[in-house]
Amino acid sequence: MPEPGLAQRTRSGPGRLLIAVYAVFALAATARSAVQIGTRFGEAPVAYLLSAFAAVVYVVATVCLVRGSATSRTVAWVSIVVELVGVLAVGTFSLVDPQAFPDATVWSEFGRGYVFIPAVLPVLGLWWLRVSARDPVA
Amino acid sequence: MNDVLATTLTYVSLAAALWALVLAIAGQPTRPDRWYGVGVLGVVALLELGLVVQAVGGIVALFVTERELDGFSFVGYLVGPVLVLALAAFWALAEKTRWGPAVLVVGCLAVPVMLLRLQQVWDAHA
Repeated sequence: MPEPGLAQRTRSGPGRLLIAVYAVFALAATARSAVQIGTRFGEAPVAYLLSAFAAVVYVVATVCLVRGSATSRTVAWVSIVVELVGVLAVGTFSLVDPQAFPDATVWSEFGRGYVFIPAVLPVLGLWWLRVSARDPVA
Repeated sequence: MNDVLATTLTYVSLAAALWALVLAIAGQPTRPDRWYGVGVLGVVALLELGLVVQAVGGIVALFVTERELDGFSFVGYLVGPVLVLALAAFWALAEKTRWGPAVLVVGCLAVPVMLLRLQQVWDAHA
C-alpha cells in the first residue's frame, strides 16, 4: 500500500536534522575505519572491525531514514536498535576492560571522543521513528 | 599548510553556525529572498570557497613537503569539509522550516572539528 506522506514526514522537520547528524557519523565512521583497516589493521583488529561494523550501521540507518518507506523505516529501526546495543555494550566493555580496545572506536566510552553524540543519537532516532509514524491529518 | 587560512576558516564556520543557530531558534527557514537567508548562505558559500582553496593548497603541500604524513587521513580531512558543507547546504535548502538552518548548524560545526584534526595530522610528524 503506497503511503507518500510517510517518507516525506520521516525526512522533514526534526527528521531532517537527525538525518544530517546520522550522515556526518556515517561519513566519519566509514572514512575512519577505511583508514584504520587500510593502513594498520594488524594493530587492533577487534577495534577496527568494530569501527567498520559501526560505520555500516550508520550508513544503513542514514540511507533508510532518507528513503522513509515503511520497509526502510523497519530496517532503520533495527539498525538503530543495533546501534544502541552496540554503543552500550562497547561503551561498558571499553571501561571494564580497556586492554581489549587498544585503539578507540566510535563507541568506546559511550562515544566520549564524539561528545557522547553516539550514545544520544540512537535514542533520538527511535523517538523520531515513533513520532513520525503518526499521521498528523488522521 | 596555511595556518592563517585554516584559522580564518575556523572562525568563519563558527560565525556561520551561530547565524544559522539564531535563525533556527527564531523559527526562520533559510529563505533566499530575505537578507538574513541570503546572508547566511553567502557566508556558507564563502566558507566553501575557502575550503576548496585549502584542499587544493593542502594536496599540493602534501606532495611538496618533506614531512612523513598520514596521507590518507590528511586528504580525508582536506576534502571532508568541502563535501560535508555542500551536502549540508543542499539538505538545508530543501527544508522550509526552522530545521533547515538547524542542518546548517551541524554542517558548519563539523567543519572546525575536521580542521582541527587536519592540523593534528599535519603537526603529528613535524
